[in-house]
Amino acid sequence: MKQAYSENMGAGGVTSKNYITGFILAVLLTVISFGLVITRLVPQQVVVIGIFAAALVQMLVHLHFFLHLNRSSAQCWNVMAMAFTALMLSIFVVGTIWIMHTLNTRMM
Amino acid sequence: MQNMQISSADLSDSAQMKHPDHLEIRTFGFWIYLMSDLIIFSILFATFAVLGRNYAGGPAPKQLFDLPYLFVETMLLLTSSVTFGFAMVFLQREKKQQVLVAMLITFVLGLSFVGMEIHEFYGMITTGAGPERSGFLSSFFTLVGTHGTHVSFGLIWMTVMIIQLVTKGLTAGVRSRLARLGLFWHFLDIIWVGVFTVVYLLGIA
Repeated sequence: MKQAYSENMGAGGVTSKNYITGFILAVLLTVISFGLVITRLVPQQVVVIGIFAAALVQMLVHLHFFLHLNRSSAQCWNVMAMAFTALMLSIFVVGTIWIMHTLNTRMM
Repeated sequence: MQNMQISSADLSDSAQMKHPDHLEIRTFGFWIYLMSDLIIFSILFATFAVLGRNYAGGPAPKQLFDLPYLFVETMLLLTSSVTFGFAMVFLQREKKQQVLVAMLITFVLGLSFVGMEIHEFYGMITTGAGPERSGFLSSFFTLVGTHGTHVSFGLIWMTVMIIQLVTKGLTAGVRSRLARLGLFWHFLDIIWVGVFTVVYLLGIA
């Protein structure tokens, strides 16, 4: 089968099965998130952890099933770039929140 | 006489590695751009984290956000990601007409998402909940607005690609550009997962 594009774009992952599976999982996770907030069957702390966990998992679902990120050698540089970005991102976000929170506390 | 051409097999051990062609390089370059875009969004998220509870006596999330409406928006964008994926499947099967149909459906879904978001923003602004009202609303409009702007640019790009599909057909350039648009489109749905969770759901939880 002629590939529409190369492996580093995840050509091997372009199957209808991947997109359908990804879709079903994503809908499930979205429903879980919304369900936690709408029904409030669990205490607020659990809701917060739940929606964050569901969001994280759904992002991974998107990355694997839609963006075809995997551990293959063709994808390794994409994964590496993402890992570096995630590191930078953690520093920026955690750092911002930490600094602003500390500042806020000291100004009260 | 001997053929003096040096074949790739005569080169050093790097010859064993497949050299990426220019289209693969462009794809990776685009991925790097998406990573920088991810940084931009993470900063907007961080800003929202700092300002998200500063209501300044004005409207708070519970008064502004409608969960069924949000769910429809989310489903529109998610489905558009899947229909784009199917466009790529059809591309692989060389079915130009089906690629076109899938792209058109994706476009309509994406346009509906943007339409719903503009409607939401309009409603908020006209009822005194505009970006100038509070820190919460400033950071809300910046983050969600930036995402919506990205989606809108994606729709413009999609329009161009649909035109190119019709006029140029399935050339290598068109395929490569469609693949990059796909990366962009899926990336925006990933950001949206973060947005509806952190901005909307967390605000109401």
